[in-house]
Amino acid sequence: MNAVRTWERFSLGERMARFTVYFGVVAAIVASLQTVEVIPEFITDAPEQVGDMLRRMWPIAWGFYPEGVQEPLLESLHIATLGTVLAVLMAVPVAFLAARNVTRFAWLNHAAKLVLVSARSVNTLIWALFFVAVFGPGALAGMLAIAFHSIGFTGKLLGEALEEANRGSIEALEASGAPWLAIAIKGYWPQVRPAFWGIVLFRWDINVRESAVLGFVGAGGVGMALDTALNLFQWERAAMILVAIFIVVLIAEIATTQLRKRIL
Amino acid sequence: MAARTGSSSRAFPPNWAARAAWLAFVVYFFYAASHLELTPARFMAGLEHGGKFVTRLFPPDFHRWQLLAKGMIESLQIAVLASALGVLISAPLALCAARNLMPAWATWPARAVMVLCRSFHPVIVAILFVKAVGFGALAGILALTVASVGFLGKLMTEAIEEISLKQVEAVRATGAPFMSVVTYAVVPQVFSRFVGFVSYETDANLRNSTMVGIVGAGGIGGTLFSAFQRFDYDFVCAIVLTIIALIMIGEVLTARVKKAFGV
Repeated sequence: MNAVRTWERFSLGERMARFTVYFGVVAAIVASLQTVEVIPEFITDAPEQVGDMLRRMWPIAWGFYPEGVQEPLLESLHIATLGTVLAVLMAVPVAFLAARNVTRFAWLNHAAKLVLVSARSVNTLIWALFFVAVFGPGALAGMLAIAFHSIGFTGKLLGEALEEANRGSIEALEASGAPWLAIAIKGYWPQVRPAFWGIVLFRWDINVRESAVLGFVGAGGVGMALDTALNLFQWERAAMILVAIFIVVLIAEIATTQLRKRIL
Repeated sequence: MAARTGSSSRAFPPNWAARAAWLAFVVYFFYAASHLELTPARFMAGLEHGGKFVTRLFPPDFHRWQLLAKGMIESLQIAVLASALGVLISAPLALCAARNLMPAWATWPARAVMVLCRSFHPVIVAILFVKAVGFGALAGILALTVASVGFLGKLMTEAIEEISLKQVEAVRATGAPFMSVVTYAVVPQVFSRFVGFVSYETDANLRNSTMVGIVGAGGIGGTLFSAFQRFDYDFVCAIVLTIIALIMIGEVLTARVKKAFGV
């Protein structure tokens, strides 16, 4: 007897895998819900606290902008830009090492990928804590923190772009006996250029946001002004700073979108 | 017409606009560097400090592992709950924001909410929530939920807008109510992509949950920050190594999940 074969969307293995995932997710959520420490009084108190915060924020201290916001805000932007440049400079060699088609040593690929994953795993603020401990408080620490965290992201995406590069032109250059630098510049660069600019712009956009909070650990920028305002309960000044950050982030997002359209 | 002469016939004409842009950028680079007072002397002094700092990081000190474990578990809880809440809020929001399914009066408010959620760094949002609901994990959960809604919402909206409308039309033609259209025509087309987005966002939340503690919003960040302030660098090293390990495990797990759903 040959049994009637019925159509099934997923094989038994697929169903088992999916069930395991669903089960794991539900178990994780339930376990977290049961054990997380939440103080109920704080929740019932929340509307009052929010109201209090908004009342203290109003009227926004617009006059504070020229004396206390503009300088740190510019510093934040400089940190973001220089940090991105530094990150790209450091990420390009690592990306070349991580791309399997460029570097033919498996252990080098793995080592480079380990560097990228570790750089990404340590948050910008944690990097900032490290660099503040080394270089002292200030913009230098912030810039290095942005740079070191961004290596992971830019290096990973750039390495993937390199791996997708077409072999044809590379082989042609190799056949002509071109040195490796010429292969990199004339073979790989034209192919990864659009991806490269896309990655750089995207990362810069993220870094502008991140540079605004570096000040909380003393690494310069507008976060320091915000931290001071909050510590002194000057909520109307804090509101001014938040508005300024919001506008800068908005401008950065619009600028990167426009630039991406132009360049790509 | 005149014969082609001079520069116009060159195979690789110089791109003056691009060169000017590069030059402007180099000028900016030095201006910004001087503005931030980045001097080689300062850098060298820092390197000297750095040597001492690194020797104090090692060997990592795992003696206070209970404190470490408590913080890490709280970070995990924050990441899990923020991701779950984020999905619960952003999935319906993304449906409202999809221009191919919803009228303009629904898409604009939904999009505005997402932009607002995305515009502030999770740490800044965490500060506001610490003020609203006090110190502790709840502020962290809410802050990361806001970040997740902004990010997931945007990606999910784009995914929904890219679906094929043929299936939607087919289900509509049977007279199905709106919820059935969503369940049978929209969800099957976007589900596996959603799984991919959610696992990515869970990774991101895990990273950020180790950080929001710096402003008092729960998790390992608070422990880390106070260890730094007490110059307890070998404990700092232990915490950071644990964070890296946890995030790597998280990445392996989410990669498995993506594989199980064929993303």
